[in-house]
Amino acid sequence: MSTAPVANTNGKQATSAGKPSKGTRVVGWADERLGLATAAKKNLRKVFPDHWSFMLGEIALWSFVVLLLTGVFLTLWFRPSMAEVEYMGTYEQLRGLHMSEAFVSTMNISFDVRGGLLMRQMHHWAAMLFIASMLVHMMRVFLTGAFRKPREVNWVIGGVLILLGILEGFSGYSLPDDLLSGTGMRIAQGLVQATPVLGTYMSFFMFGGEFPGDAVISRLYMVHILLLPALILALIAAHMLLLVYHKHTQWPGPGRTEENVVGYPMLPVYMAKAGGFFFIVFGFSAFMGGLMTINPVWKYGPYDPTKVTAGSQPDWYMGIAEGTLRIMPGIESHFLGVTLSWNILIPGMIAPIALLATVLAWPFLEAWVTGDKREHHLLQRPRNAPTRTAFLVAMMSLYGLLWIGGGNDVLAVLFHLNLNHITWFLRAAIFIIPPLVFIFVKRWCISLQRHDNEMLLHGYETGIIMRSAEGGYSERHLPVSDDRAYTITARDRDEIYDPATDVDANGVAAPGGRATALREKLSQAMFADNVQKPTAEELEEGHHHAEHEHELEAGLDHAADGHQFDGRHPVEGEELRKH
Amino acid sequence: MTDQTDNLPVEEPIANPGLPEHHWRPTDVDPAAERRAERQVASFFLLSVVCAVLFIVAYFTIEPGDTFMHMGAMNVALGSSLGFALLFIGIGVIQWARKLMGDHEISELRHPASSSEEDRAATIAALQQGLEESGLGRRPLVRNTMLLAMGVVGLPLIVGLRDLGPLPGKKLERTVWKKGTRIVNDVTGRWIRPTDLEIGQLVNAEPEGLVHPPDAEHLAGLEKRGGEVLEGVDLQVEKAKSAVIIVRMEPKDITDETQNWGHEGILCYSKICTHVGCPIALWEQQTHHLLCPCHQSTFDLGDKGRVVFGPAARALPMLPIEVDEDGYLAARHGFLEPVGPSYWERNSPSYWEKKEKKFFEEEAK
Amino acid sequence: MRFLNRSAGRLSRHRRSRVAGLLVMLLGLLFMGGLYQVVLSPSNADTQTKSDEELIKEGRELFLVGCAFCHGQNGEGIKSADGQYGPSLVGVGGAAVNFQVSTGRMPMQNPGQQAPAKEPVYSEDEIDALSAYVASLGPGPEVPTAAEYDIDKYGLSADERRDAVVRGGQLFLTNCTACHNFDGSGGAMPWGKYAPSLRSTSEKNLYQAMLTGPQQMPVFSDEVMLPQDKASIIAYLESIKEEPSHGGFGLGGLGPVSEGMFAWLFGIGGLVGFAYWIAAHTTRSTKTKSSEGTQA
Repeated sequence: MSTAPVANTNGKQATSAGKPSKGTRVVGWADERLGLATAAKKNLRKVFPDHWSFMLGEIALWSFVVLLLTGVFLTLWFRPSMAEVEYMGTYEQLRGLHMSEAFVSTMNISFDVRGGLLMRQMHHWAAMLFIASMLVHMMRVFLTGAFRKPREVNWVIGGVLILLGILEGFSGYSLPDDLLSGTGMRIAQGLVQATPVLGTYMSFFMFGGEFPGDAVISRLYMVHILLLPALILALIAAHMLLLVYHKHTQWPGPGRTEENVVGYPMLPVYMAKAGGFFFIVFGFSAFMGGLMTINPVWKYGPYDPTKVTAGSQPDWYMGIAEGTLRIMPGIESHFLGVTLSWNILIPGMIAPIALLATVLAWPFLEAWVTGDKREHHLLQRPRNAPTRTAFLVAMMSLYGLLWIGGGNDVLAVLFHLNLNHITWFLRAAIFIIPPLVFIFVKRWCISLQRHDNEMLLHGYETGIIMRSAEGGYSERHLPVSDDRAYTITARDRDEIYDPATDVDANGVAAPGGRATALREKLSQAMFADNVQKPTAEELEEGHHHAEHEHELEAGLDHAADGHQFDGRHPVEGEELRKH
Repeated sequence: MTDQTDNLPVEEPIANPGLPEHHWRPTDVDPAAERRAERQVASFFLLSVVCAVLFIVAYFTIEPGDTFMHMGAMNVALGSSLGFALLFIGIGVIQWARKLMGDHEISELRHPASSSEEDRAATIAALQQGLEESGLGRRPLVRNTMLLAMGVVGLPLIVGLRDLGPLPGKKLERTVWKKGTRIVNDVTGRWIRPTDLEIGQLVNAEPEGLVHPPDAEHLAGLEKRGGEVLEGVDLQVEKAKSAVIIVRMEPKDITDETQNWGHEGILCYSKICTHVGCPIALWEQQTHHLLCPCHQSTFDLGDKGRVVFGPAARALPMLPIEVDEDGYLAARHGFLEPVGPSYWERNSPSYWEKKEKKFFEEEAK
Repeated sequence: MRFLNRSAGRLSRHRRSRVAGLLVMLLGLLFMGGLYQVVLSPSNADTQTKSDEELIKEGRELFLVGCAFCHGQNGEGIKSADGQYGPSLVGVGGAAVNFQVSTGRMPMQNPGQQAPAKEPVYSEDEIDALSAYVASLGPGPEVPTAAEYDIDKYGLSADERRDAVVRGGQLFLTNCTACHNFDGSGGAMPWGKYAPSLRSTSEKNLYQAMLTGPQQMPVFSDEVMLPQDKASIIAYLESIKEEPSHGGFGLGGLGPVSEGMFAWLFGIGGLVGFAYWIAAHTTRSTKTKSSEGTQA
């Protein structure tokens, strides 16, 4: 195939050419000072594969840019101070009340700065999108096995990014000092205070004394606009550099292998698509900010530790923590004059840390079980990793259940349900439903694998019902196209770990022991039930069988060739489709 | 460059057919379609210009208070014009890429993530040489003292954070309540007479001094009892601990033990949830249960604030109340246990129960 | 008419015959009442001059038909064997009756955790009569007048009125939002009960609810929550109802739960849709280009 000539425009001869064009002159000027042409030469035509699911992370990137832009706008007016002042702004229902300067400036941004409310709402919506898109991006990476070697480090960076994103979100929505954010802060303080041994000290140092104090907002402001964004920015840079270095993963397919990457060049196609997507994400944020109310702080009013509202919820990404807090039974231990609050410790500390640890450790755990040391650049279809897929979907079901827990009061009102029944249901369901989902999804994946094999061996179902001379009915199967068949078979066979065959280069058997036994068990559990792709012989045999059957079924004088009934190719002498 | 089939392992059931043949788009082969696409892309960009101008017009013509379909006109107009202006640029650029830019898929070779063997060997050699020349391994005294110094120099950085806040001490156990502190209605700040309360009544209340006294009489009374009007951060801190609710119910619905704390069916409880500290005020007068809107801990106010549902582990603290000489509700004593959420140093409930028992015994004398 | 059919359908069979006579009587009364309204008394002045005694008498008759089944012949309350009962109405006052009946909560259709608001069954005059009758059983809060629940009737200056609304907001956030939500959207209570939405509740009924504490709602007596405080709360609620939705569509006024749902459905859903479009292959032509490699 042809390679477009654009790649040569940054050639070395640019500066010495007789009559260089304007663009060439600019490049020359810059290169003589920065010497970037060598790096740019490779990267300007860098290939990115095209698939919608590869753009989920991009949503996160662009919404972060939107957050930076709108955030800078907000900092021009926001005052991170808890000093008590009297509100004398436009909004009548709060005029004359004493409140923190932070809340007053939030009100001024909302009502007295033109476009301020839009920017505030855009900032908030973009934050919701930022974390949501990180989550779906992460799920895509997980489901397709894109975290495997050499991308484990990038997976860990991504995991840390989502954690930082959540903290950034929390510190952000706590800043306006409205009733809802104050309530959230109170809950956070309760969590911190329940930490064993150090809890009260941590709380007093955070809030500059007792809750709510007058220090926390200015401190959170620093964390929100300096510390966390800097860390996020640095990690995003590392994430992107590694992406460029590893090159993007791709789906298997004709011409796509572990050794190459097929797609469109960075310049111009990918740059246009990515740049265009930035404007779309930006535009979406603007729409949402313009048309959909988010966090109407004027209705909540300033924070007052004695006030609370029904429907006190955190933003969605804290929903699972809220849900766990709500459905946790009230258990506390008392010994030696101290209190250990399991009802806070488990949802507030143990569960999130366990979740994060599982997420970050997964690639290493999986690599240890498979013992696979190869690099992987071709993605796996979710069905071809049934255990992993089932694990994720089970976790998603758990996530969903905890979400329900976090919004149980709103659901109770909207759907006329019983609050207490929801809680009791969830207390049991989080232990029962995810395992059921796991089993169900795993079997589903395996049956899809089996379906793939059926299709390879016996062809796909055409939907054409044939009646035989004897009056029996059967459905016509036709072979799949070569490209499709190749795509389906482009996957590795799973190997179940067997300690007996695990010998190193010197022929020394791996030491037995618990770890080995566990690894064997896990490997069995993860791969033993999977359906492997057919071998060349099986395929050959299957095709012979199928051809024979086609002849019997169809009464045609030749075997079907695979394109006959797919509706895209005219078939000479084929009368069946016309009826 | 494109055909990688040679590299495939032999046992693959189906050989890699190689990149499929390129098919042209209508815009590649049909000049009319190409021009149409060009015009389409350009009109997206022009529409974006129009929307951006609309944004500026809206910015200067719409007053902040104007409404549109009962919505803030300014916000809706700015948001949708900006949204469209941006969206049209995005759609235009992407449409350009989809229809007009070259769409040949190209293939690029990957390289293993690792460096070449020589590079790696050279790096390791350099590292070893550096280690050798520094003598880090040979001079344990230098190495260890350096590590010590680096460890210790971290301490000033941590110690420097000491002034983030005061030490907790016993602060969490104390509130502004003490014997004789009058209970006032929140927001209005008025004292409360028992006769003001009907069966089934709920009052969100505060100790006097946390709400601005409504008149001179209330202020004088407060000062007479040695109280003061709190403001600023002190007020907020105190509110987060001292807020209470007063309820009145049929005496027959109240357990005997609970009766001791109240006055003719009037009971006073801390408003701060023992779970993570939300203020609670969802009182069901018929079941006399109190529900926290944050995590749905439910407390039975007829039975010493016992937890009947939800994640809270401890009963809601009660404030012993009485009617003072002027006939107003007042505290008989401060809270007999720390209010609000649990913490490590908080003693076991039985410890605080002993204190309560002692208080009632002394009172009985 | 509708009322008759409804309640007749819900009475158990063995009681129907006994009640049937009453129904017929009520039918007659309604008919007569209607005739009286239409033919004899076109002006309101006449109804107002109806003496208290007459009103109470009319109320008692209505009571016997529609309420006595649960609340007893003399409003003393009934406890049945299975624990369901109508509470005693002695001393609840006219305001409680007016609230319960004019919001359609009473007569209750099904015994349950909570009587839901629905279309009122009685006309305004009938409600007045019922209130008068129940008020005559024992002293209790009276039906409030506009002079009590309408802040505009307190003779405040514009500044004072604005301050009252602000104060009403503070009282609302202190006493009401915990159950009814910051936007008056309502909220969940234990075991299937709920605090109803306040958005379409009339000023009078808001006042009566605070005054009488219907069902699980606590009482806010006039001595603690002065009539003007109550009127301020009502004025605040009215003001946030009138307040435009500054930020665009309100998303149900339910807070972060609905916001999160929109972020996912609209935001992520829409953007993924765009991503799909961006990565989708464009239509292909069957024609081929003669000179390949000229495009850049």
